[in-house]
Amino acid sequence: MSDIASRVKAIIVDKLGVDENEVVTEASFTNDLGADSLDTVELIMEFEKEFDIQIPDDQAENISTVGQAISYIEEAKK
Amino acid sequence: MKLRRVVVTGLGALTPIGNNIQEYWNGLINGVSGAAPITYFDASNFKTQFACELKGFNVENFIDRKEARKMDRYAQYAMVSSEEAVNDANFNFDKLDKDRVGVIWGSGIGGLETFQQEVIDFARSSGIPKFNPFFIPKMIADIAGGHISIKYGFRGPNFTTVSACASSTNALIDAFNYIRLGHADVMVTGGSEAAVTIAGMGGFNAMHALSTRNDDPKTASRPMDKDREGFVLGEGAGALVLEEYDHAVARGARIYCEIGGGGMSADAHHITAPHPEGFGAKNVMLNCLRDAGLQPTDVDGVNMHGTSTPLGDIAESKAIQHVFGEHAYTLNLNATKSMTGHLLGAAGAIEAIASILSIVHGIVPPTINHFTDDENIDSKLNFTFNQAQKRDMKVVMSNTFGFGGHNACVLVKKLDL
Repeated sequence: MSDIASRVKAIIVDKLGVDENEVVTEASFTNDLGADSLDTVELIMEFEKEFDIQIPDDQAENISTVGQAISYIEEAKK
Repeated sequence: MKLRRVVVTGLGALTPIGNNIQEYWNGLINGVSGAAPITYFDASNFKTQFACELKGFNVENFIDRKEARKMDRYAQYAMVSSEEAVNDANFNFDKLDKDRVGVIWGSGIGGLETFQQEVIDFARSSGIPKFNPFFIPKMIADIAGGHISIKYGFRGPNFTTVSACASSTNALIDAFNYIRLGHADVMVTGGSEAAVTIAGMGGFNAMHALSTRNDDPKTASRPMDKDREGFVLGEGAGALVLEEYDHAVARGARIYCEIGGGGMSADAHHITAPHPEGFGAKNVMLNCLRDAGLQPTDVDGVNMHGTSTPLGDIAESKAIQHVFGEHAYTLNLNATKSMTGHLLGAAGAIEAIASILSIVHGIVPPTINHFTDDENIDSKLNFTFNQAQKRDMKVVMSNTFGFGGHNACVLVKKLDL
């Protein structure tokens, strides 16, 4: 697992209070991990802070799974 | 229209002198002070460096960490105390009509620490607003009642009362009235506050409202004592389950006492100073007695607002003498803020609970820290100084007065008096 992936997963475990095993690539924040709309906003903000990036709102709307978050951040950090 | 009777069937408390009802009552009758140096933040630059914080309280023993993170401390305290009260009421949830159960909570300020932290974070940032999405729903003063309703599915009337230090007495009176008028059968009510923060201490210090007795915090809250010089900030919560009398009897509930009446008034005088003659305080007690259909001579005791401020204690003592006349000398008066400190919006709830338990146990908690009589306060009044007193209490009134000149008073009485 890449460094980015492990840091993303750690944030999700912390913020959503879910078990690490549940945070798989395909897992949806809202459908699988119990996040509501505010949790999702908070996750995006934590990603921005952790990786020192800006995620515009229109792009944040497309990040709804663990895998999408990891891909987006890996791309942004290239 | 015939008004329905309302009784108390559940109690919960989270206070600086005890983290549940039993511990709170033990603290009260043993004259325990909850004051100590502030541990929540470095207060060394503050004029007042002590407060009545909670002791040995870990929220994660009560609320899932993920849920707790989305709540300000004031809402966490509401959840913990209301859970104790609801458990105490011992409902059969399968038979409870949750559309007829409401929540009216009180808080003077709401999520002060949350507000403070978000603003500090913004001020330290580059100026690009990065507010947490939970900022508003953590901070707003109504959210505690929302959380309680969500947890239990209580779908009846639900709102929060804000009247500074009278907030939870107003909540209690409103809850009482909603049941009395038939809008609900059960109400969870009470109040919570968590203002022991940088902003809370700094703000009250700036008003010269707080005691600065940093060399001896435990004797700082000394209502009616000649050398009192301000209140001691406290925090925590109190919760009560009110229930329509027949509803409670039908399910065989344990009944602590009956709510007899509630009174409200305004000083219409000054934003923070009490009326010097206590006119608002006098009216609120008269309004309460009228609502309860009782005479001043029916009353055994008054849990005073008694915050340990120079002006407030005199005004309230005068008001009591105006209302009760000669009977005032036979009352057991007490100011339990001498022990708990001033829980602001939660004060009314924990003091109503102290009044109820004084009826249940036949013991009046003391006003501790009395050293010297104040010549401006009639020394023939019995303030229950320093030691709890045994007495068969049948009717007790609880006063609370808030900044803004809001006054609220509730009367509790033995069932079938």
